[in-house]
Amino acid sequence: MKCAPQLFLGAWRRWGLVGAFLLFCAFLAVATPSGTFLSGRNAVFVLLQISVNTVLAAGMTMVILSKGIDLSVGSVVALSGVVGADLVAQGMPVPVAAAVALGVGALVGLINGMSIVFLRVAPFIATLATMTAARGMAYLYTDGISIGNLPGAFTFWGNGRIGPLPVPVFVAAVVVVLTALVLGRTIFGRRLYALGGNEEAARLAGVRVGGMKLTVYTVMGALAGLGGLLLAARLGAGDPKAGQLFELTAIAAVVVGGTSLTGGRGGVWGTVLGALIIGVLDNGLVLMDVSAFWQMVVKGLVILGAVALDRGRS
Amino acid sequence: MSAAAEPALLTIQGLDHHFGGVHAVAQVDLEFRGGEICALLGENGAGKSTLMKAVAGALRPDRGEVRLDGTPLRLGDPGAIRARGVNLIYQELNLVGPLSADENIALGREARRGPFVDRTRQRKRAAVLLRQLHARTDLDRPVDELPVAEQQLVEIARALAGESRVLIMDEPTSALSDREAGRLFAVVRQLAAQGVAVVFITHRLDEVAELADRIVVMRDGAVVVDGPQTEFTHADLIQAMVGRPLDRQFPERQRNVGEVVLRVEGLSSPPRVHDVGFELHSGEILALTGLVGAGRTDVGRMLFGIDPHTAGTICLDGELVAFGHPSEASRAGLGWISEDRKGEALVLGMSVLANLTLPHLRCYGRAAGWIDREAELDDAGRQIEQLRIRTTGPEQQVSELSGGNQQKVAFARWLVRDCRVLICDEPTRGIDVGGRYEIYELLERLARRGVAVLMISSDLPEVLGLADRIVVMHEGSVTGESAASDATQERLLELAMGHVT
Repeated sequence: MKCAPQLFLGAWRRWGLVGAFLLFCAFLAVATPSGTFLSGRNAVFVLLQISVNTVLAAGMTMVILSKGIDLSVGSVVALSGVVGADLVAQGMPVPVAAAVALGVGALVGLINGMSIVFLRVAPFIATLATMTAARGMAYLYTDGISIGNLPGAFTFWGNGRIGPLPVPVFVAAVVVVLTALVLGRTIFGRRLYALGGNEEAARLAGVRVGGMKLTVYTVMGALAGLGGLLLAARLGAGDPKAGQLFELTAIAAVVVGGTSLTGGRGGVWGTVLGALIIGVLDNGLVLMDVSAFWQMVVKGLVILGAVALDRGRS
Repeated sequence: MSAAAEPALLTIQGLDHHFGGVHAVAQVDLEFRGGEICALLGENGAGKSTLMKAVAGALRPDRGEVRLDGTPLRLGDPGAIRARGVNLIYQELNLVGPLSADENIALGREARRGPFVDRTRQRKRAAVLLRQLHARTDLDRPVDELPVAEQQLVEIARALAGESRVLIMDEPTSALSDREAGRLFAVVRQLAAQGVAVVFITHRLDEVAELADRIVVMRDGAVVVDGPQTEFTHADLIQAMVGRPLDRQFPERQRNVGEVVLRVEGLSSPPRVHDVGFELHSGEILALTGLVGAGRTDVGRMLFGIDPHTAGTICLDGELVAFGHPSEASRAGLGWISEDRKGEALVLGMSVLANLTLPHLRCYGRAAGWIDREAELDDAGRQIEQLRIRTTGPEQQVSELSGGNQQKVAFARWLVRDCRVLICDEPTRGIDVGGRYEIYELLERLARRGVAVLMISSDLPEVLGLADRIVVMHEGSVTGESAASDATQERLLELAMGHVT
């Protein structure tokens, strides 16, 4: 039934975003002072800048594929960050402190999942509630001040390098690859697409829909915790004000990357591209010396434009 | 007849439309007269719906013209066309779920009092229309809480609300019981008597004989038959639709009915189901029939662990079972095919392969939940071949298949692994003649293989033509059971309407 236009749009969806991204990079290469944008150092810098958002957006991809949303990730970044920072500052070994901080993130995620599954609260509302509560807990935990003076064994995870690349870039890459494998190759991934595509059909085909959702939100929480640890390690401090609006940047990366908010369609590679586009945009606008206020306006327009192009298929 | 002498009310000239490379409607010329009821027949994909959507403005055809009373319609502008009295009732329901029936009926032409909606007048108007259709619709409930059949009646009432000169109905009875369809026909005849031109698209040939004055058959986008209803036999029509003679409507029964596989006793879940019991044998097709709302689907859902039951027992192979979740039922060897193919059976955005293996992913799991793609492809390929699913390959998206082929995917899913009891709800709803036969053949093959089939159906010819035994329900209770060989359509209908003798 659907011939030429369908094929073209299919190709657009697969390669159009890549092409747009490359064109955009070419534009910035010309528009920025020479040697600033197109340099190895700047490329590494962009990757470092987007690593936390990429970790969050990978989890958000799974949440959105399940037809959900998680607004609490920014607050969980702060809460896990302060908990992890506080524990290492008190002398706890880094792996143990990290495990506790991830556990805190996972717990918030589990609470999200339980309100969605058992109390049947809409994901938007359930995670809006934990967004507020987790932020409050981060302030309570630190009395509102940030926790600094962290040992090198911890800050290595934010500022250290392996070869030419910063550690957070490696962490983000591992998260992305694992997410891609889970989504593309495992039973869990397949069921996740089914759940997002048609929840009732999935349930009647024997998929335990509730358990799936609990898992997705718990994993999202743990990844937000990981993002919080990376950020604290990079800043050298656990700050209860950290991570504001991170949930929205993560959602933007997912959506720009072509994953549908109506669930069941998309994937994590698109999300990586989305995170790259947003990261390169931030970077390029700074290099072009655009004022911070205009940066926000331009970023908003680019997000709208990218998504509109993607929706142009129907 | 006098109607033939009258000038045409609606004239279609040279209408032509392509979907990509498919010539959906090919140079169609047709005329419809006021007072005439015309049945439009054809297989799925023959172009009927496309043609009628073009007339109603839902899509703009590539070429062609449609005139009402000699004046051209503004094609592609559904609002303007509706304003001239051409109404189309779509095959899919187009209701706004959270609104009530009267609000839906009045949508776009609300009764006003100044800037406000006159709800009282609106409700009165809706009540009159619904009463015509004998629908006792609760106007205080949102329509998405109403049963599908009632939603269909609301949709019909909406089309009747405006001034109608031409009324087009795309499979209006596919969700209705025979009784409800009968009421609709009465209204349609009344409209025709008032001079409205009625066109209805259907797959049910008995309806055609009952209602139509004239028959138009389309195949591959073109009109292949056009004439008075009385001139054609069922066989003629089927042949015209499929383009070849179809010898039989049902496959030959060759079954070896075996042991009792499923025994149901006293199954209840008030107020919908009371004390339902029956036995299902291996290699048997047992039909569960009744009017819409008789509780047949509820019984199926309880058996498969979708809904709970408050009393009664279910024994599988002599052992008491109680499935709390569809996954438990599916692991025990049960299969369930919902009547709502798109809403409850298939994940339309996923591939044929992913839909086929969805209930059995565990069987393809290796370490860490990794899916064994090779095994999956093998199994999917085998099902596609055996069931002759017309697809470009296992990776094609299910939404791109025709209705009949989608239904085959819904069936094939339960054949991937050995299934002992298959429960299918209205297995041929919305499927054309050729596709139906293939589904019947499939059910026959399954029964021969020893699968116990519970077929929930309100299509009485299908029930009589396919089943070994028939259980009839009325308002939640079993009113009769008989061997198919002893049953007649009249007797079944009596039982379905609750006349127990």
